[in-house]
Amino acid sequence: MELNKYQQELFERQRPTIEKFGKKTWAWTIFFLLWILLGGYALYLQIAKGHSVTGMRDNVVWGLYIANFIFFIGISYAGAVISGILHILNVEWRKPIIRIAEMITVIATIIGPVFILLCVGRLDRLHHLFLYPRLQSPITWDVLAIGTYFAGSVIFLYLALIKDFAVYRDAKLNVPKWKQKLYTILAIGYRGTPSQKRHIKISTNLMAIMIIPLAIIVHSVLSWIFGMTLRPGWHSTIFGPYFVLAAIYSGTGVLIMAMWVYRKLYKMESLLTDKHFVYLGYIMMVLGAAYGYFTFSEYLTDWFASEKWDSEVIEKIFSPAKYGWWFLFTNVAGILLPILIVAIPKTRKPNAIAFVSFFMVIALWVKRYLIIVPTLESPLLPMQDTRPEYIKYSATWVEWALTFAGIATFFLLFTLISKMVTIIPISEFGEKEEKPTPATENEIAPALKKSL
Amino acid sequence: MKQEEITDKSRREFLKTAAVATIAATACGSLACSCTSKHPVTDKVKLLSPEGEIVEIDSAYLNHQEHMAILSKLEQRQGIAGKKFVMVVDLSRCKNARKCIAGCQKWHYRPEETEWLTVKLLKDSDKAAPYWFPKQCFHCDNPPCVKVCPVDATFKRQDGLVLIDNDRCIGCKFCMAACPYSTRVFNWDEPEMPADIRNLATNAETNLPAKVGTVEKCDFCPDRSREGLLPPCVEACPNGVFYFGDENEDTVSNGDETVSFSQLIRDRAAYRYMEELGTKPRVYYLPPKERQFPVERGYENLPDKLKERFKDVMEGHKGE
Repeated sequence: MELNKYQQELFERQRPTIEKFGKKTWAWTIFFLLWILLGGYALYLQIAKGHSVTGMRDNVVWGLYIANFIFFIGISYAGAVISGILHILNVEWRKPIIRIAEMITVIATIIGPVFILLCVGRLDRLHHLFLYPRLQSPITWDVLAIGTYFAGSVIFLYLALIKDFAVYRDAKLNVPKWKQKLYTILAIGYRGTPSQKRHIKISTNLMAIMIIPLAIIVHSVLSWIFGMTLRPGWHSTIFGPYFVLAAIYSGTGVLIMAMWVYRKLYKMESLLTDKHFVYLGYIMMVLGAAYGYFTFSEYLTDWFASEKWDSEVIEKIFSPAKYGWWFLFTNVAGILLPILIVAIPKTRKPNAIAFVSFFMVIALWVKRYLIIVPTLESPLLPMQDTRPEYIKYSATWVEWALTFAGIATFFLLFTLISKMVTIIPISEFGEKEEKPTPATENEIAPALKKSL
Repeated sequence: MKQEEITDKSRREFLKTAAVATIAATACGSLACSCTSKHPVTDKVKLLSPEGEIVEIDSAYLNHQEHMAILSKLEQRQGIAGKKFVMVVDLSRCKNARKCIAGCQKWHYRPEETEWLTVKLLKDSDKAAPYWFPKQCFHCDNPPCVKVCPVDATFKRQDGLVLIDNDRCIGCKFCMAACPYSTRVFNWDEPEMPADIRNLATNAETNLPAKVGTVEKCDFCPDRSREGLLPPCVEACPNGVFYFGDENEDTVSNGDETVSFSQLIRDRAAYRYMEELGTKPRVYYLPPKERQFPVERGYENLPDKLKERFKDVMEGHKGE
């Protein structure tokens, strides 16, 4: 593979990240593994002792796990939608960030479904989903949709990686033999011939177009697990688009955070520029406004019409003695702050944007919890139960351990993959047949030069 | 209010016998496998065969557990041919005696706190009087729980029942979230039960043996119907609150009297709970009008733990 000047520079800069597995990386890897180990022990308890070790009971049948499930599938939108749309629009500045985005997608799509499996009482019978599938069930829709989406995301990520694998293969990297071999296999004989280039381009375009409706389907059917039931707070016609929007929104937030971390970690200010933060900030602001609008109309209609059961849930969510403060937090940190910070030129800076993204992502996680738990705590018939754990849900350490194990897995996979491939795609830069717009040449190339 | 009641005892006997006819046929047909029965030969019972002949059969074959083991999975899913089970609950007679719950728990080997049948204390509006509200599974004709099951573990039978195959259930609890009546319960722990029950083949008609990590609920005891018996909750009720029967035959019985189902629900202005949800329950309620007991009768003598459940509603009532 012949590299042009910029590509060569870019590659040499990132060469150490894939050649060396430093002490710091080891330390982090072990740290994440310890968390996962603790999660593994919690999972063992849950399987051996039954689900009674969790806080879930007959009224609140789902809790943290399903909130995590929605959350992880949500952040997977970073790659699917953001990178897919930017690809279709052929936006040049996307190039340094697409790999991060697509990695988030694939990793989050691996972790998300694990959390719904944690809700399942009989993991030994999972094959029943394929032996006796019922197409009427939204869970079957989910199995189909997430399976397809995962396959699509992996292909999308891989297509963008083939050229780079060829670069690593030919670069005579100082890496173990197995790694060299792996690069050779994964490069599937790519030599950069015109026909190969064309095929990858067409496939990538096709996948970028396909991944967007796929992603929309995934989160819609996910929302319909709730929307299709006769439960107050869930049975809402806007749940599909509401969930999809929340997913893209939180995905953007996680993408900004990941960019910020890599920029700091590898001192890539010249590649992951301020512009990237500002542009993604704009996207986040628009999505935040739309998300705020959905939230407002969802709760306004329930509150205004004040049907008996809806009011019960609304009362729980609004009341300061119950979930009121959390709800306020989701609206301030999840809607107002991101819009304000990006809207005000003075605060429209990478650090501030990354900071609000962090809180926004947490707020959206809390929001998922607020969608699940208060509704399940408000059955249509009065509970009239005296067992406190049946009346009010509170997660046990088992659920928290597995939640943190999920987050640790996310970071661990991210670390491991970023030791296998360069975080900034090499071969995408300054491809000869793709005439870069003046903006790119002006912004990225000189910036890259300057930093070297 | 005038109400025509058919209290003819011979008719009731006949109904019971007729209900048993199917099982007699089954038992006769599978005599070979029944021979392995551990039960000693005890008394004989006379049954009416489908051909209209009286047959004599060892009562051991009618045993709850022994009999159920010979039902195939397909038979469990199809239901009892020609039946359409229905229940009518007379709210004016309920005083929260809780005998129904005890009967149900015993029959299904359920621990004390796992109530398939619960009695709620409802109060429809601020000024309205509270009333006791026993609630089984409604066996809806448009069941939200069945719709959402991803593996067909819960199903609707042709005899109207909604049952669960706990060999197939994966425990995703979606049916529990979907049921608007909080009917379903989950085995959060390994359920405790006698060893001989644990070793039985699973049967959707009895929900036995219970299995950890699966969902269960009231099953309307079709195993008892096959034997011509009423569900234990109906039999245990000292006040005849529950009428159980067959909509096709248009008869329901509370053990003391057998009445016309259509007439009962017409004359007493029966309603189905939360009709507006569109679930089409198979349980009808007779409004708590002209009540036989003051509502306090079901509260005063309760143990403290149970009193706690109804305290809020009860105290609100006294404050009026």
